[in-house]
Amino acid sequence: MTELRQRAAREPDALLEDKELESEAKVDGETASDSESRVEPAPLPTSADDTPEVLNRALSNLSSRWKNWWVRGILTLAMIAFFFIIIYLGPMVLMMIVMCVQIKCFHEIITIGYNVYHSYDLPWFRTLSWYFLLCVNYFFYGETVTDYFFTLVQREEPLRILSKYHRFISFTLYLTGFCMFVLSLVKKHYRLQFYMFGWTHVTLLIVVTQSHLVIHNLFEGMIWFIVPISCVICNDIMAYMFGFFFGRTPLIKLSPKKTWEGFIGGFFATVVFGLLLSYVMSGYRYFVCPVEYNNDTNSFTVDCQPSDLFRLQEYNIPGVIQSVIGWKTVWMYPFQSHSVALSTFASLIGPFGGFFASGFKRAFKIKDFANTIPGHGGIMDRFDCQYLMATFVNVYIASFIRGPNPSKLIQQFLTLRPEQQLHIFNTLKSHLTDKGMLTAAADE
Amino acid sequence: MLELRHRGGCPGPGGAVASPPREGEAAGGDHETESTSDKETDIDDRYGDLDSRLDSDIPEIPPSADRTPEILKRALSGLSSRWKNWWIRGILTLTMISLFFLIIYMGSFMLMLLVLSIQVKCFHEIITIGYRVYRSYDLPWFRTLSWYFLLCVNYFFYGETVADYFATFVQREEQLQFLIRYHRFISFALYLAGFCMFVLSLVKKHYRLQFYMFAWTHVTLLITVTQSHLVIQNLFEGMIWFLVPISSVICNDITAYLFGFFFGRTPLIKAAYVLSKYQYFVCPVEYRSDINSFVTECEPSELFQLQSYSLPSFLQAVLRQETVSMYPFQIHSIALSTFASLIGPFGGFFASGFKRAFKIKDFANTIPGHGGIMDRFDCQYLMATFVHVYITSFIRGPNPSKVLQQLLVLQPEQQLNIYKTLKTHLIEKGILQPTLKV
Repeated sequence: MTELRQRAAREPDALLEDKELESEAKVDGETASDSESRVEPAPLPTSADDTPEVLNRALSNLSSRWKNWWVRGILTLAMIAFFFIIIYLGPMVLMMIVMCVQIKCFHEIITIGYNVYHSYDLPWFRTLSWYFLLCVNYFFYGETVTDYFFTLVQREEPLRILSKYHRFISFTLYLTGFCMFVLSLVKKHYRLQFYMFGWTHVTLLIVVTQSHLVIHNLFEGMIWFIVPISCVICNDIMAYMFGFFFGRTPLIKLSPKKTWEGFIGGFFATVVFGLLLSYVMSGYRYFVCPVEYNNDTNSFTVDCQPSDLFRLQEYNIPGVIQSVIGWKTVWMYPFQSHSVALSTFASLIGPFGGFFASGFKRAFKIKDFANTIPGHGGIMDRFDCQYLMATFVNVYIASFIRGPNPSKLIQQFLTLRPEQQLHIFNTLKSHLTDKGMLTAAADE
Repeated sequence: MLELRHRGGCPGPGGAVASPPREGEAAGGDHETESTSDKETDIDDRYGDLDSRLDSDIPEIPPSADRTPEILKRALSGLSSRWKNWWIRGILTLTMISLFFLIIYMGSFMLMLLVLSIQVKCFHEIITIGYRVYRSYDLPWFRTLSWYFLLCVNYFFYGETVADYFATFVQREEQLQFLIRYHRFISFALYLAGFCMFVLSLVKKHYRLQFYMFAWTHVTLLITVTQSHLVIQNLFEGMIWFLVPISSVICNDITAYLFGFFFGRTPLIKAAYVLSKYQYFVCPVEYRSDINSFVTECEPSELFQLQSYSLPSFLQAVLRQETVSMYPFQIHSIALSTFASLIGPFGGFFASGFKRAFKIKDFANTIPGHGGIMDRFDCQYLMATFVHVYITSFIRGPNPSKVLQQLLVLQPEQQLNIYKTLKTHLIEKGILQPTLKV
């Protein structure tokens, strides 16, 4: 039930595939046999071979099974190298990449919808879907930009007006799309149009909101972006490795190739990997500092005094482990304990995102979301586990790491009415006095 | 406005004989036929009509039984069926309006509960339609999961909005403090549990159906729950922000049918004038911890204080007055009623299109003569969102109790810093008098 063993057995009934470690047999026509044996409702052309010519030639003498493995391997390394380059290029580029990934994922899922419902030529629908994507993105980017670029926005007059009435403008744009949808309802196609409307909105909910959460995480500090993503990737790879070597007990019917051994082994390996990665990264300000916009240089800077989370501290090792390792204390970053929480989530709950995507693919009888990456499927195939992770990290940061932003609170305070300000001031005063932070005499 | 005419022709075209839903046949031929014997016949495939191109391929949902109470039937037995219908509708309309007034009298807390029950009923109606469309009533777990998701999303929204208003109450209780502080995390964990249950409940032959119901539930949540919470936030801003929009929509419905567009707006401006005088309607709802209840007492803001406006000359000649005393709120009420007349009906068209798409006559049969709760409230939803956006953009700034709540969550040193900054600011502005001794 591991990937290589399955390929060796050459099951024609390769419907039992699982999303990310599946046999990319489309390259050599294994899938062609099982997709041709039924009439597909959604004939997504999966048989077109996207592998670049150069790779094809280089690997032409190997048997098809190994060629597949090599194609996947090379593409994996290419993607990881690409990831490193982008990290090097900085937060702005990262933000753009997140944006592109979001658009591509949206496009993939919407295309599936069109194919399922044969609705590619519905009037207006393609325009409306992209229009809604634009509206929702405008809304979210406006909120983000207003928060993080407050001083820049206040300076420029048109931006200030746009930000002041931001919600109203976004709502108007959305409403226009809504009215266009209602006006575009065509007598014989009502149900289809409503289905596509629902499909578009659920896709927006999943893809767009979570990509903006990713960007929020990014602004918190690149480490909050890199460590979760790496943990998910690591869990993928480690679970596969453990499953390959030790896999015996199937995990879930949805993905028959997953095994309990892979799951648990992947969990431990990811936790260790997370600890090591965060140890390495916490030392560099480039990763650790929140991204800020510098007014004078008009660019993003990542320069700050690292918070306590990223300063080495000494922890006492419990007696049990002391005897084993021989050290009394260990120097760790507090962030590493958070990374344990993140890796645990990535290993235990992250795979549910993958199972969801597998179920989705089985429900709509597609093998991959698209054919963008040779050997791997579509962009959505790569990112399905990431989404749950991004939301979790965002909620985690909001709940446990940072509280509300004090400067933002002061800004909000200054816009209130005088009597409201007085009321808040007095409440705060009594609260501080209760806590003993403020003594009557000191309050001058 | 088409609705009344539609129902007037009593057994409407859609509510005719219910054709027995087609089973098992590949409707429309748009989907695959399971010809290979080694593949399981996917139940999903038998519902090919779900994905068919044309609405005509879709079987109709049989209309539910007539729920008109017996007394009404006996009282109106002498009339012809068309007039009987009209009377039933009329009586029910009056009943609903009086119920509405009664609840307004009972106060904002009751109104909040009312909004909540309406939301739950609307959700139930739409989900039931989904079950019938997809014939998925016996899918494993699904009913439980839908209600569970409703609960989660409501919990999340109540924590974010209502908790602000109870800030003083919450400060006293330690356990509530914990819930508020980690609110997002707890809500997310609850939602995730539901999500994982969904994934674990995926059954081999029913994948597509289950995904459809999952999406249906989420879109319904998006529509009904978020907007009902916006309604409650509007309510807390002051009952007038709740009453005037709702009345605008109802008024527009009725008068658009009877008298046309323009005439519908004038009564609203008058109603706004009347309501603006009373503190009960105009003041933001606040929770007073000493008496443990909601109060609406305040100094009305400038929006609700009479001001003199000088009329433009051409109106002066008509009305023979030079100035008019109006509440500034009435100007806003014009904007609200304009929206209700022009864009509100799109919500109604959307619901009509939805009903035609799924070949149902009404959302449900809760109110005799009127259909379901959702039928009454379809236009209201867009209106509620608009009013909320309008208030946050043009009327008020950030919510003071939310600012306070966030302040209280900060670290003590940060609180002290902020306290000092605020104090300096207030003294500068002259709001606070510097005192030599406390």
